[in-house]
Parts: sequence; structure tokens; C-alpha cells
Amino acid sequence: MARHQIRLSGSGGQGMITAGIILAAGASVLEGKKAIQSQSYGPEARGGASKAEVIISDEEIYYPKVMAPDVLVALTQEAADKYSKDLVDGGILILDDLMVKTAPKGNWKVYMMPIIRTAAEKVGKAMVANVVTLGALNEICGFVKPETLEKAVLSRVPKGTEELNKNAINAGIELAKAAKAL
Amino acid sequence: MAKQVKFLQGNEAVCEGALYAGCRFYAGYPITPSTEVAEILAARLPKLGGRFIQMEDELAAMAATLGGSIAGKKSLTATSGPGMSLKMENLGYGYLTEIPCVIVNVMRGGPSTGLPTGPGQSDVMQARWGTHGDHPCIALTPSTVQEQLNETVRAFNLAEKYRMPVILLTDEIIGHMREAVEMPEPGDLTVIDRKRPTCDPKDYLPYKPEADGVAPMADFGSGYRYHITGLNHLPDGFPSNDGKLAQADEIRQQKKVDDHYDEIVVVDEMMCDDAEILIFAFGSTARSAKEAVQMARAEGIKVGLFRPLTIWPFPDKHLLKYKGKVKRVIVPEMNLGQTALEVERVLKGSPEVEGIFQIDSEPINPITILNKIKGGK
Repeated sequence: MARHQIRLSGSGGQGMITAGIILAAGASVLEGKKAIQSQSYGPEARGGASKAEVIISDEEIYYPKVMAPDVLVALTQEAADKYSKDLVDGGILILDDLMVKTAPKGNWKVYMMPIIRTAAEKVGKAMVANVVTLGALNEICGFVKPETLEKAVLSRVPKGTEELNKNAINAGIELAKAAKAL
Repeated sequence: MAKQVKFLQGNEAVCEGALYAGCRFYAGYPITPSTEVAEILAARLPKLGGRFIQMEDELAAMAATLGGSIAGKKSLTATSGPGMSLKMENLGYGYLTEIPCVIVNVMRGGPSTGLPTGPGQSDVMQARWGTHGDHPCIALTPSTVQEQLNETVRAFNLAEKYRMPVILLTDEIIGHMREAVEMPEPGDLTVIDRKRPTCDPKDYLPYKPEADGVAPMADFGSGYRYHITGLNHLPDGFPSNDGKLAQADEIRQQKKVDDHYDEIVVVDEMMCDDAEILIFAFGSTARSAKEAVQMARAEGIKVGLFRPLTIWPFPDKHLLKYKGKVKRVIVPEMNLGQTALEVERVLKGSPEVEGIFQIDSEPINPITILNKIKGGK
């Protein structure tokens, strides 16, 4: 497997950093790959552009930051505009159709999906939009085995929310399948 | 059995290292990007019979950290540059009174409040000379989350062994990034405890060194009554204004570190044997440098990485091997050339030191280092 550089972005509080931790922990602890998660954020506790970065590789990773992402998830217009600039040619761009009104233009495979709406309406809690994102992202990119993702998610969520989170993963997978079929 | 692997944040790994080393007291005042250390230890320490206290500010936090150690508990505090500035008075007290403890500085950007959420490496000279007066100094600079754990254990060991404060000088990148860490089992890593007196309490002299230059330290409240003062003092701990004795005592303290260079200084030398170009880098910048060295080697350029895990005392002896041997030396660092000054002092122009100095609170990109390597002088 080549080195994957993934950027998960949105607004502070949307859970993109948690999503990055879950993905990287799954890849490294559960599948033995090399993985690093890092983040950058402003002084605000909520709001403001927030991004998590994940690198997954078979080789040792030294520089922990993403130099040129091949996958970008953006759950806000600001994040889409700001972070799509260095997405590589042929890269994958995953956008939320509620928050991102104008998809940035570039030579990318773009998936415009109702991530937040699915979390709120279908799964029943807008809060799990980050887990819906993970389900969709992993279905499209295949970073880890589906069972690894489920295990990684369940090991990081509060007790009593297991079913909710499983539903969120599956809803994400369904979204991705539908988007891929287009 | 395979070791347990956990996916940890750098600051979390510091806590694991501290607890492994036997730390049972933390006093601090929260500050980004170090706060997770306090947050985690506030939850963990009480369950282990330890104590956590949030003080009113960093001055008090440093004082309490010293107090915890005097009472016999391995003690930790964590902060960032602005807090480090405030700790300096009591840190100096800790040096002169020879109180073991560990201070974590998760470096962020800028002087003063600066750039709170971004990384920096501008506290190298502060670590060495931030408090007034001549004193020995040990500061460690981890580059990985695993090293955050292991070097914290080592920091405690050095503090206990040489009876002095030790600084773990890390930065926002290493403190906040997450990677897999192999958790050490009891016995995997050495854990050193301070020497305690065995003599009759009435014969105890708290500052009468043994052959290694270190005096046994009694826990306050254990029956050994003694005096501690920030004034220069005699072996019994009481003040003395005798300059000659003060000089001899401070030289003895400095020699605790100087005479044990080989035990204290650890350097990772990667691909240095045939190197014509040497990169000197520590902490998170060493990760950028490692990436750049790999890229340059792939192009057939003979470049190596000199990565100190001990920045103070400065790794003079290790570095001197390259004096006159390598054609170029490049020092990338997230400050305006603090370590480069020391590298210049050691190499004395053979060769001249080339710097990559960056204080925009962004990590130094490996490409920037690669370009410098390929660009020539």
C-alpha cells in the first residue's frame, strides 16, 4: 500500500479530530500499519476551521503532517475552499451537501453526499456525522477492513451508544455505495 | 507475549512515562499545548494513591512540585513557554537546593503569549539559562510519541540520580500528535529512585556529597530534620556567605552533570558514517529532517542526521567527531538559531553552520530541508 495522506476538515466541534483518531488507531493498533494522526486548530473551543490529518502507510512515517493530501473530507464550505487547494490531481474529495453549496473545482473525484442530513434524519443524531463520514470514507477508500473500522469506532465511543454508532457506520457505507453507483 | 500497543497522544505518553517512573505528585497550572498532561494526571494519580493539585499560577505550581519531591514523592509539572517563564524563580531554587523533579515544557510559538496553538522550539536557551546564576542543566528532546514515554522515564531517573530538576523539552507537534506506542511492562525500563540516608538522623548532613557528588536525600517528615534554603549553604543546609565555599559547591553541582556526560547524553546518529552533509535537528524538526535525509539519500546524496535526545548538556563529544570531517552542517530549527549557536561553538567553523530558521508556527517542511541540502551553500 502506498502512503495515504488524508485530511478531515470542518468546523470545530464536528468531530473531525475524533474521526481522524479512530481511523488512525484502527489502522495502526488493529491492523499493524504505520499511522499518525495530527491536528491543527485555532484558539476557539467551537467553530473556526478545524482539521485532522491522518497518514497511513506500510513504511515508517517521519514527517507527521500531510504534505499533499490524496483524500480530503470537508464538512463546511470554508474547509472545502481552504483545504482543497493542495489536494493532489486525481485525489478524492468528499463533501457534505448541506454545508458545502459550491464544490471547489479541480481534477478530483468528487463525492457530494448528505452526510449531516443522514446523521440527523436517518440515524437520529447530528452528532454522529463524523462516524457517518468514517463509514463513507472507508467504503470509498478501503483504508481498513470494515470490521476494523467498527471495532475502532466502538472502542472510542461512550457506553450505551454502540448501536447508534454501528448504525452511523452503516449509513455512511450506504451513502458511499449510492454515490459510487452514480 | 507481544507487548500491548496503544494509540497515544504525545502528552498522554508523558503521563504514562511519569506513572511508570513512579511519579505520584503533580502540581501545575493548565496551559495550551500542555494541558492534557494535567487533565490526564488529575484523573489517574488519585487512583494510584497519588495527589494532583492545580495551583493559582505557575510560580506556585513549581513551588508545590518541589515541595512534593521534598516530601519524598516523585513530582512532575507541565507547562509551555509562558508558564516556563513564571516557573524560573522556583526552578532556580530547585537547582541550588538539589531537589529532583521533572518539568515538561511543550513548546509553542512566540515570546509572551505568542501563538498558543502552534509549535515552536524557541525555549532551548531558556531551558539552559532561563533562571539566573550558574547551575547544571539536563534537558531531553523526544521526537516520537514512544520517546515521549521513554524519555519521561529517563528524565525522572536522571532527576533522582543526580538530585536535580530535569526538563523534558518537547513541542506542540509531538505533544499533540498520536501514534502507536509499545507499552513497557514493569521491569522493561530502568527506574531509579533517589538515594536516601541510612545514618542516624542526628548525623544526617543533607548536602554532604558521596563519591558520585550526590548527597542522600531524606524525605521531610521521615524523622530526618534538616534545613533547606535558597541561600548558598553548608553541608548541614544552613546558610553561609563564604564565597569560596559557595564556588566549590556550585562547581560540584555542575560536575554532577559534566562528569557523567556518557550516562546522560543520548544521540541518535542516522546514516552519519559516510555523510558529507550533516543535519543537526531535534524534537519534531528531527522528523522533518529524517524525511529529508531519506529523500536525499534516494537521490544518492550523502547526508546524515544527528539527532540529540539530550540537548542539555549539549552533545559536544558526539558532535566533535564530525568537526573537519563533514563538508556541510545544516541546522533546521523552529527558532532563530539558538541551537545553531551551540553547534558553531563546537565545530568552530569546520564547517560553517548553515541554518534553516522558521518561527511562523508551522513545522519545517522536509522539502525546505531537501532544497537546502541540494541547493549548496
